[in-house]
Amino acid sequence: MARPAPIDSPPPHGRPARSSRSLVRALVPLSGIAVLILVWDVALSLGGGRSQLLPRPFAVVRAIAELAQKGFLLKHVVASLFRVTWGYVAAVIVGIPLGVVLGWYRRGGMAIAPILEILRPISPLAWIPVAILWFGVGDVSAVFIIFLGSLFPLTLTAMNAVRGVEVVHVNAGRNFGLRAPELLRRVIYPAILPQLIVGLRLSLGIAWLVVVAAEMIAVSSGLGFLIIDARNAGNRYDLVVAGMVLIGVIGIALDAIMRSLERSKAVAWGYTTILEGEQPDVAGGDAAGRAAVLP
Amino acid sequence: MTDGNRKSEIGNRDEGAPPLPVGPRLVESILLPVGTAAVLIAFWHAAVRLSHTDVFPSPLSVLRGVGELARKGVLARYIADSLLRVGAGYSLALVLGIPLGIALGWYSTAARAVNPVIQLLRPISPLAWIPVAIVLFGVTNVAAIFLIFLASFFTIVVAAMNGVRNVPGMYLAAGRNFGLSVPALFSRVIFPAALPRVLTGLRVALGVAWLVVVAAEMIAVNSGLGYLVIDSRNAGKRYDLVIAAMLLIGLIGLVLNTLVRQVERLRAVRWGFNAP
Amino acid sequence: MTGNAEVKVRIQDLSKAFHTNGHEIRVLEHIDLDVREGELVCILGPSGCGKSTLLNIVGGFLPASSGDVAIDGLPVRRPDPRRIFVFQERGVFPWLTVEGNIGFGISGLPATERAARIAHYVRLVGLEGFENAYPQELSGGMKQRVEVARALAVNPDVLYLDEPFGALDSITRLVMRSELLRIWQTERKTILFVTHDIEESCQLADRIVVLSARPGSIRRVVEVDLPHPRDLSSPRYLALRDSILEEIGLAHRI
Repeated sequence: MARPAPIDSPPPHGRPARSSRSLVRALVPLSGIAVLILVWDVALSLGGGRSQLLPRPFAVVRAIAELAQKGFLLKHVVASLFRVTWGYVAAVIVGIPLGVVLGWYRRGGMAIAPILEILRPISPLAWIPVAILWFGVGDVSAVFIIFLGSLFPLTLTAMNAVRGVEVVHVNAGRNFGLRAPELLRRVIYPAILPQLIVGLRLSLGIAWLVVVAAEMIAVSSGLGFLIIDARNAGNRYDLVVAGMVLIGVIGIALDAIMRSLERSKAVAWGYTTILEGEQPDVAGGDAAGRAAVLP
Repeated sequence: MTDGNRKSEIGNRDEGAPPLPVGPRLVESILLPVGTAAVLIAFWHAAVRLSHTDVFPSPLSVLRGVGELARKGVLARYIADSLLRVGAGYSLALVLGIPLGIALGWYSTAARAVNPVIQLLRPISPLAWIPVAIVLFGVTNVAAIFLIFLASFFTIVVAAMNGVRNVPGMYLAAGRNFGLSVPALFSRVIFPAALPRVLTGLRVALGVAWLVVVAAEMIAVNSGLGYLVIDSRNAGKRYDLVIAAMLLIGLIGLVLNTLVRQVERLRAVRWGFNAP
Repeated sequence: MTGNAEVKVRIQDLSKAFHTNGHEIRVLEHIDLDVREGELVCILGPSGCGKSTLLNIVGGFLPASSGDVAIDGLPVRRPDPRRIFVFQERGVFPWLTVEGNIGFGISGLPATERAARIAHYVRLVGLEGFENAYPQELSGGMKQRVEVARALAVNPDVLYLDEPFGALDSITRLVMRSELLRIWQTERKTILFVTHDIEESCQLADRIVVLSARPGSIRRVVEVDLPHPRDLSSPRYLALRDSILEEIGLAHRI
């Protein structure tokens, strides 16, 4: 049984031979990736038929190098990040104030929330025809789709966070004579911040998923375009998988940046109470919060 | 921000204000969204009329579009196709993801090894797998099911893993104290303790699966609601059908979400959702 | 308590140290203690003195760094359903009803016998009418009763109680203490009771083991020869309480 018997407060068992143990601990996460690469390589070398089209790991490394050499790597990455930034920032600017207002005014929330709940399950990609009709084929369409993809989860997170603020805290604020704007700034805002930051992280993840999908249809640059273009123009599956690896790595990086916000002291209090003891450093510990995701 | 409006759903209302009687509240919770929807639809109608657009449909023509689809028999078939794909991919993710997640939650060393792989694969949009799926399975239902499986699998694994990890040590200690074997510990302590969190993960994953099936159908197959969206546009700019399909997607997604929420309300799991 | 009853729990030269980030923290040092069959022993000490750790080692949840714990002459290596650990009411399973919780450890019994046992312990702890309630519908004191009943239902020889009433309000705490004494007098279990509350230990214990602060070691063992029910205003009780207050170094004045 790998799991020690944790009772209450006592710290974990003593660990003999620390230095070698910590080396092993550092190697364990790498071993998972190593096994993945190994399985990938072996499966393709054994598999026949159509799987021969797929590239082996080393071919993907070469493909990434090729992209970098020709300058495509930077171009596509920047194009994708550019669209994500605009769509996401717009969603934050619109969604959070909207959510706060809907959370505060009960009737407003009642009136609007069901409509948001219907719009939310519509894949952002299903908006592509509408986006193209309104904005034409181009960056604006892609940005609009990303905006939609992150808008609904952000609004609903902010709304639920405001609804969940402890009445005691609001009453305490009022007791000290705070007026509405001050109450918002000094009580509501800090109280919802931990949940808000989780929501911000999750919706950035969604934005990243959506941009890639949107680029496969609506524009002609970016990592999503790279994938679909590499396939359509000459079955370059090494470039397809290279694109996928890049998407994964950048996705991890974005997630890590947002997670570092969660560790700041001003919000760390929230992750024991609000997320019922969710361990923020565990495997994207966001099952509870991952509200509405991806294309 | 008037004081009287400050109210949360779960009974923590202002001490000063008398509680609203149940009847009016219920009426309010139905009338308000219906009213808003009516206003929005009226606005939409007016906007289409005033702008004299001949591409973007009015609410009425969307309704006629739904009727047309239903008469042709496409509507039921497409909905069934989408639901079947989701059902197959999601069930597969469930069957494989929950045991894997539970095992990873229990064996922390294994979790440290597998976690980076999950973290790397998760941010890759399931749609980015489309070329790979087509190579492996061709342009078939299997390809779409594979994409849905990928989309829900990681969410389910992570939910089950965190569910098990976050079982309070005290419950485990108590279970062991009563002499439970490891299988009994799983079925009688770990599983019920992790259930609420796992259910939340399942609900989220079902939402994800629904989003992905629509997107996958736009690219990889030629039936289903997603196909309806893209086909209606490409074949003759039938935007009335595009919008009709979008609204249906939204409604069905909402229904799926509500169904899983009903499971979360069962008495034996409700303890985990902070309900009174 | 007669002095010549059999020894139930024997703790010999027990020490415990934790290692974290390369530091060694000594938590317990050279604990020697014999607990007699049917005895109610309170382990009293300030927060962080290692009394909970001691109880966890005796319960088999944690290994000792050195020294031995034996029950009925056999060394303790793991938790055992013959000795049940009662946590604060947080140990109640929230997904089971009161009945489900109390019957948790006796699922192997035939249904009728199990039902009879559950009913017996529901009555013993005074939870009639709440059999089908879920823990979140109960007060803290009621949850604590569920835990005690769950432990008693498997008919253990030894009960370990780790500050079981610490989270209750002061009135409920008093009620729970007299309930515990009533149950103890009918069932005659050996009880190890960890607390930081001097009054609590004086009200309950046959013997009080006073631990020093970290690293915890036995500072003094006080025999309490007051009969139950104890008169909390009698001079003997007050003298006992004051002597322990002094032992811990607190003047009896606020």
